[in-house]
Amino acid sequence: MEKRAQFSSRWLPYVLVSPQIAVTLVFFFWPALQALYWSALLQDAFASKTQFVWFDNFEALFQDSIYLASFKVTALFSALVAAIGLAISLLLAVLADRVLRGARAYKALLVWPYAVAPAVAGVLWVFLLSPSIGVVAYMLRSIGVDWNYYVHSDQALLLVVVAAVWKQISYNFLFFLAGLQSIPASLVEAAAIDGAGPVRRFWTIVFPLLSPTTFFLLVVNVVYAFFDTFAIIDATTQGGPAQATQILVFKVYQDGVQALDLGGSAAQSVVLMLIVISLTVIQFRYVERKVQY
Amino acid sequence: MNKKIIAAALLGAGLLSAGPASAVTEIQWWHSMAGALGDKVNEIAQKFNASQSEYKVTPVYKGQYDESMTAAIAAYRAGNPPGILQVFEVGTATMMASHGAIMPVYKLMADAHEKFNPKDYLPAVTSYFSDTKGHLLSMPFNSSTQVLYINKDAFKKAGLDPNKPPKTWPELEKDAEKLKASGMSCAFTTGWQSWVQMESFSAWHNVPFATKQNGFGGLDTRLVFNGPVQVRHIQNLGNMAKKGLFTYVGRKDEPNGKFSGGDCGMLTQSSGAYANIKANAKFEFGVSPLPYYPDVKGAPQNTIIGGATLWVMTQKNKEVYKGIAKFFTFLSSTDIQVDWHKSTGYVPITLAAYEEAKKQGLYQERPGFDTAIKELTNKAPTPNSKGLRLGNFVQIRNVIDEELESVWSGQKTAKQALDEGVKRGNELLVRFQKANQ
Repeated sequence: MEKRAQFSSRWLPYVLVSPQIAVTLVFFFWPALQALYWSALLQDAFASKTQFVWFDNFEALFQDSIYLASFKVTALFSALVAAIGLAISLLLAVLADRVLRGARAYKALLVWPYAVAPAVAGVLWVFLLSPSIGVVAYMLRSIGVDWNYYVHSDQALLLVVVAAVWKQISYNFLFFLAGLQSIPASLVEAAAIDGAGPVRRFWTIVFPLLSPTTFFLLVVNVVYAFFDTFAIIDATTQGGPAQATQILVFKVYQDGVQALDLGGSAAQSVVLMLIVISLTVIQFRYVERKVQY
Repeated sequence: MNKKIIAAALLGAGLLSAGPASAVTEIQWWHSMAGALGDKVNEIAQKFNASQSEYKVTPVYKGQYDESMTAAIAAYRAGNPPGILQVFEVGTATMMASHGAIMPVYKLMADAHEKFNPKDYLPAVTSYFSDTKGHLLSMPFNSSTQVLYINKDAFKKAGLDPNKPPKTWPELEKDAEKLKASGMSCAFTTGWQSWVQMESFSAWHNVPFATKQNGFGGLDTRLVFNGPVQVRHIQNLGNMAKKGLFTYVGRKDEPNGKFSGGDCGMLTQSSGAYANIKANAKFEFGVSPLPYYPDVKGAPQNTIIGGATLWVMTQKNKEVYKGIAKFFTFLSSTDIQVDWHKSTGYVPITLAAYEEAKKQGLYQERPGFDTAIKELTNKAPTPNSKGLRLGNFVQIRNVIDEELESVWSGQKTAKQALDEGVKRGNELLVRFQKANQ
């Protein structure tokens, strides 16, 4: 059944959506077009000399082994953040769904980290794990773990993944919980009567019915890992040691804001834009079809 | 909070009264001095404003060095730059290459008929910011250099003489072994590794970091820091890291806490960290010059500076230039400089201020406080030790940081890492040259 509002005049709907369109044009399309234009320029910081260099910036980018390595880091990082984040929050949601007493309190506590700004989350983890001032780092050393994420790249990656996952669990949790609660109880009960145990019920009924939610969250989490984790990286490892945690968006910032190489930075953001566009297309083509409202 | 309100009110008043009736010319000063340093900056501006009635300097904190520079460049592009901008030494080449965005200090002072003699300033400071003809382009403000801090209590515990800090790198390694044997988890660490162990290390041993007089001679400069002296040093540090004698804990100021917390026995770091360490260390510490390799000819030469200078940005209102010139004269005055030196740990920029600090007995009171100046003035600067002028320097430092980290973790040898660093850094220099030709 579809609901469709009826408008008496032809232009009223356009007027009603126009503020949103204006906002989108000014804050999304205009900067995106600017980035496209800038990616073809080579300019000194003060804009006193500007050359139009066509695709030189892109060419330089893809000849740069560091940039290509940054792709790998980003892929690994996003895969870890999405997989671990989804697994933990699904587990928490299933557990919270069963809780009868104090359910609200649990839910509130689980949603809490979402209110923390990514930069603050990064700083919190630094206070815990920094090799020079971290509390947990101190304890780790006292039990003989050589904890120093400034030297060991696996530890650095672990740190940013943990911080990024911690921050995102709440969001995933909310969606999973909503998904779980919308699964008809009759289905699960019917399976129980047929003799299916809780594990079997979960994997054959609950998990498949949750799949649209899971797929949606997968896309959202990958996009989150690509962009929103910038502040966490900036506050903890700054891309180091030796590019071990240098994800694409952090390199855009380093080259554009810190180093004032606007052309090169714009070229990188255009590449990122293409990645996000393709992710969104995938989401709409495959996810929207499966979702049952 | 009150201060902010007053400042805002003053600023508002300044804007309102900017009509032709007003005689006061306002000069915006964008800086990156936070906390106690920021208070000091405000104090200097207030003193200047109180000393005369024609000009008013308004300091504005604009975030960290890279942030304030980005903000100023954006303001310049929009046609409304601040009068004075504090820029870190790494941004020097970018500022210099800006065609018409800056007013060189020597010209500013001459045009305003302000008394100005570059010879009054510390040569190691002015040389970093002068063109090849020796003209000073920006006004030295907060300059520091690298020193060695040692934990005297830890030295005693390890059976070492706390009054004999290691003078050379081989001595430092031996002391580190003893410190480690005494149970220290971190014998030696360093801050700002590219600046201390590569840039200033090269100057201290009088070997080039880049061609064309370290970039002073032109935009076609290329990196050469993969020479035998640097490779040997980085390899030594890499070996020390493997043996647990050198502990790397971060690119910038992260090691300070490790040292002042008593974990590390020795630290090479900016002389500007003195106040911070003094406030936090619960042990006796000593300050001494950077170690060197005694068999390298000409070592020790002189170290190079870090910190920032004040650049004058081009203004529509020529009256502003006169005010800035007056302010710079005020800033260089001995009283202001001695006070700045004492309260911050940055070196005094004029020779007169250094003499005055000596006369006041500052260095008897705080032993080692003059180490930085002694290192900077150790010998007359050579083309290898005047400083560095490299485009895209922020990125080059990132490259060096990354390559050094791969040595500390044992992934690469020093030779491999420095060769790769030179290659990657040169690509950035080529790019800068293209953009600015």
